[in-house]
Amino acid sequence: MRPTREVGIIGYGAYVPRYRLPATEVDRVWTDGYSGTPIKEKAVPGPDEDTATMSIEAARNALKRAGIDPVRIRAVWVGSESPPYAVKPAATIVAEAIGAVPETQAADWEFACKAGTEAMQAAIGMVGSGMMDYALAIGADTAQGRPGDALEYTAGAGSAAYLLGPKEESLAYFEASYSYVTDTPDFFRRPYQHYPQHGSRFTGEPAYFKHLLAAAQGLLNELGYTAKDFAAAVFHQPNVAFPQRAAKELGFSREQIQTGLLVSEIGNTYAASSLLGLTAILDQAKPGDRVLLVSYGSGAGSDAFSLIVTDRVVERQNKAPHTRDYIARRKEIDYALYVRYRKKLHMH
Amino acid sequence: MGIPNHWRTQHQRYRLVGEICQHCGAKLFPPRDVCPECSQPAYEPFTFSGRGQVYSHSTVLHAPRGYEEFVPYTVALVKLEEGPLVTAQLTDVDAGEAYIGMPVEMVTRKQREDGEEGAIIYGYKFRPVLQ
Ligand SMILES: [Zn+2]
Repeated sequence: MRPTREVGIIGYGAYVPRYRLPATEVDRVWTDGYSGTPIKEKAVPGPDEDTATMSIEAARNALKRAGIDPVRIRAVWVGSESPPYAVKPAATIVAEAIGAVPETQAADWEFACKAGTEAMQAAIGMVGSGMMDYALAIGADTAQGRPGDALEYTAGAGSAAYLLGPKEESLAYFEASYSYVTDTPDFFRRPYQHYPQHGSRFTGEPAYFKHLLAAAQGLLNELGYTAKDFAAAVFHQPNVAFPQRAAKELGFSREQIQTGLLVSEIGNTYAASSLLGLTAILDQAKPGDRVLLVSYGSGAGSDAFSLIVTDRVVERQNKAPHTRDYIARRKEIDYALYVRYRKKLHMH
Repeated sequence: MGIPNHWRTQHQRYRLVGEICQHCGAKLFPPRDVCPECSQPAYEPFTFSGRGQVYSHSTVLHAPRGYEEFVPYTVALVKLEEGPLVTAQLTDVDAGEAYIGMPVEMVTRKQREDGEEGAIIYGYKFRPVLQ
């Protein structure tokens, strides 16, 4: 897919909370150390953080890099499966905090882990049609796994914000995008339920790999590219093994996915997962680099994007903290403190 | 404070919007419409950078109602780089880590929740400068 007017990223911003829960802690509490650990550790939000506050910081970082007046933003969109309210948008809190109100659209987007890239697709459409010059697309989550569930090892927290605008002002522009969606019940949560259900083995083959590979391959075919045309690639990362295998099947090397593969250090940040991988890549990118971004959201679907980095990336990279600065800011907590911070302790 | 009061002070709480005196250039936070330096009216909005230093601090172990979940936490008087002193909670900081002169920056965080069913109140806090 391509818009009428070419669109790019004017500014991007990352955020990862400070606390880390080592996977060995989950293992110690629930399997007495007998289970393997899918990642090293995951990022855990502090007691005063949620999807709105994490989105605000990522958005502020995107604005620092963009250098535009926030009143010119015409859409503030937050993609998340963990908004602070069941009814009431997180996006209005973010729009108010960054100074984008009142002449703007604002809404929350929902599509499991691809809610953020869905917002990005829509922002490309809005800017690309000329309906607005600047739109902010954010992916953010404070994911929760049921205590003792396999998801508890990896369900992390983080956010990434992208301010989209005309290609002429961009630090990276979109060549094309591609989406692939079917109705697949691999992972879901019913209203008023605190934790999601997932179909263990069902999550791999017919869900993640089918959709992500189809979206990636569809985009490559449309553009006439192969893996070797890209400097870097980032895939949705629910664990380390899935994106590594997807990369291999598409012909990408370990080096090409290394910079954007963050899951072992921060966990699966859901709607922020592939988008945070992209902020890490852009922190290091050189003008002319071509980058592939492919998300995956349960339910199920994938969005794939091909980006070309421009000369402007160099002057904007250091205008806000790098993704790695947040990952390096790290305070390890044990399972007990994690239970307190994530309100898993009921005091009756 | 009820929801209407929280809503009216959102600009100042979410992004440190104060005022600047058009007569002498003094910057005011919180906004109070009259310049404390020259007593002239001051209505022009001014957004503070959010950078400052810890001026004094103390650790809270017995929190007022609504703040219990954050205990223990550190409350500080922060001297903003533009001049004013602001009272605020420090965040992403361990007990005993704060010191006088510590460089801090503003972040917008949850200040408290009105119970399980009520509104979530967001506002400024300060944390050690990231970079
Ligand atoms: Zn004055």
